[in-house]
Amino acid sequence: MRLLQPVGAAFLAFLGAVGRLAMFAGQGVSHAFRPPFYGRLIGKQMVEIGYYSLPVVGMTTLFSGMVLALQSYTGFARFSAEGAVATVVVLSMTRELAPVLAGLMVAGRIGASIAAEIGTMRVTEQIDALTTLSTHPMKYLIAPRLIAGTTMLPVLVLIGDIIGVFGGYLVGVYKLDFNSTIYLERTIEYLETVDVVSGLVKAAVFGFIVALMGCYHGYNSKGGAQGVGRATTNAVVSASILILISNYFITELFFSK
Amino acid sequence: MTAEAKPPKISIRGVKKAFGPKVVLDGIDLDVDEGESVVVVGGSGTGKSVLIKCILGILDADSGSIKIDGTEACGASRQTRAELIRKMGMLFQGGALFDSLPVWENVAFGLIEAKGMNRKAARPIALENLHKVGLADRVADLYPAELSGGMQKRVSLARAIATGPEIIFFDEPTTGLDPIMADVINRLIVERVKELGATTLTITHDMGSVRKIADRVAMLHDGKIIWQGPVADIDTTDNPYVQQFVFGQEEGPIRIGGAR
Repeated sequence: MRLLQPVGAAFLAFLGAVGRLAMFAGQGVSHAFRPPFYGRLIGKQMVEIGYYSLPVVGMTTLFSGMVLALQSYTGFARFSAEGAVATVVVLSMTRELAPVLAGLMVAGRIGASIAAEIGTMRVTEQIDALTTLSTHPMKYLIAPRLIAGTTMLPVLVLIGDIIGVFGGYLVGVYKLDFNSTIYLERTIEYLETVDVVSGLVKAAVFGFIVALMGCYHGYNSKGGAQGVGRATTNAVVSASILILISNYFITELFFSK
Repeated sequence: MTAEAKPPKISIRGVKKAFGPKVVLDGIDLDVDEGESVVVVGGSGTGKSVLIKCILGILDADSGSIKIDGTEACGASRQTRAELIRKMGMLFQGGALFDSLPVWENVAFGLIEAKGMNRKAARPIALENLHKVGLADRVADLYPAELSGGMQKRVSLARAIATGPEIIFFDEPTTGLDPIMADVINRLIVERVKELGATTLTITHDMGSVRKIADRVAMLHDGKIIWQGPVADIDTTDNPYVQQFVFGQEEGPIRIGGAR
C-alpha cells in the first residue's frame, strides 16, 4: 500500500494543477468578454505577438516548405509519383506544418516573454499594486494577452501557409524543374477549404494555449529571479506539449472517418 | 447627552492567517482612528506585510474581522471590496512601479483606471503630484528603471497620494535608502498625509521612521500585537520585547529565526 501512496499523491497533485489552470483560464476568458476593455493593451499585445513573430514564423515556414518539396520529390520518385509534390506541400503546410511550427516557435518566443514579464511583475509586487489602484490584474494583464494570442496566431499561420507554399514552389520550379503553371494548378487542384480552416482553428487554439501558459506560470511564480526562471521554462515546455497533444485531437475532430 | 463615538477608520479583530502549517497572523486586534498615523513594528518575517495585504484584500484572512469605516471587508462582495479599495492607497516596499509605463503614467494610473479620467487631463495632475514629492517635470517621461531608488520611492509616494485616498498604507517606506534620503521620504510622507488628512498604517523596522511618522506604535510578534501605545512611550515602556527592538539588542526575549 505504501508503494501506491506517492502515485496517489502525484495524481491528486496533477488533478489540483489541472483544476487551478482551468479556473485561471475560465477567469481570463470571462474577463476577456466583460468591459472595460483595454484596447491599447490588446493592440500592443497583437503587435508583439503577431507583427514581431512574423520573421520567425516566415523563416520557419519558408524552409519547411522548401524541405518538404525536396523530401517528397526524392521519396515519391521511387514510385513515380513526383507529380504529387505540389499537393503534398500545400496539404502538409496548411493542415499541419504551418500551425504546429508557428505554434511551437511562438511558444518559445512569446510564451517565455509573457511568463517572464508577468512573473517579474508578480515578484516585484506590481500585480498587487494593480489591485490597490482598483484595476483587476486578470482584466489588465491576462485578458489582453489571451485575446491577442488567440486572434494573432491564425493570422501568422495564414501568412505562414502562403510563405510555406511559396518555398515549395521555389524548390519545385527552380530546382526540380516543374512547370510553374502546372505546379500552381496542382497546388490549388486538391486544396479544400477545410484544409485551411482546420489549420486556422488549430492556430487559434495554439495561440490561446501559448498565451494561457505564459500568463498562468508567470502569474503564479514566486521566489524571486529563480521563480521567474522556472515559470519561463514551465510556460514554454507546457505550451509545447499541450500544442502537440491538442493538435492530435483537433486533427481527429476534422479528419477522422 | 454625549455625542456618539466615531467608529475607528480601520478596526481589526481576531485576524488569523496561515500559509500551510506556518501561522503568520494569530489573532490580530488593532484599531486605527480617523486621521491617526499608526506604525506597526516588528522583526523581519513577522507578518507585517501580510497584515496590510489582508486589509487591502490582496490576501484573504483565514478568520477574524476587518472593518473599514464600519464596513466588513473580510468575505465582502466584489462590489464592496472595489468600493473599499478606492478609499485606499499604498506605497510598496520596492516601489512596485510599472516598469512598462513612464513615470507620469505610473502616477496617473489610479486617476485613469479607477476614476476614468482621460489621459490628457490626468497628466497635469500627475505632474503636480510629482512636484509635491520634489520631482521635476523632466522626470515625468522617464521610465522607472532610469530612476534611483530614492526617486522611485518618491514616484511611488506620488502614485499613492494621487487619487486622494482616505487611508494610505506604507510598507517599509525607507528600506534600502541612505539616512538622508530616508529622512526626506519621512518628511514627505508626514507633509503629504497632513495635507490629505488621511489615516495611515505604516509597517517598518526603521526607528527613525517610527519617531517621525507615528502617532501610535504597535508591536507585532509571533502573530500577535504584543504592545501598543503612543510613540512617546516606546523609549520608556518596560515591555522587554519593545525595549529589545527599539534599542536593537541581540539579547532579549526575541529570538532571530535560524539563530541558536
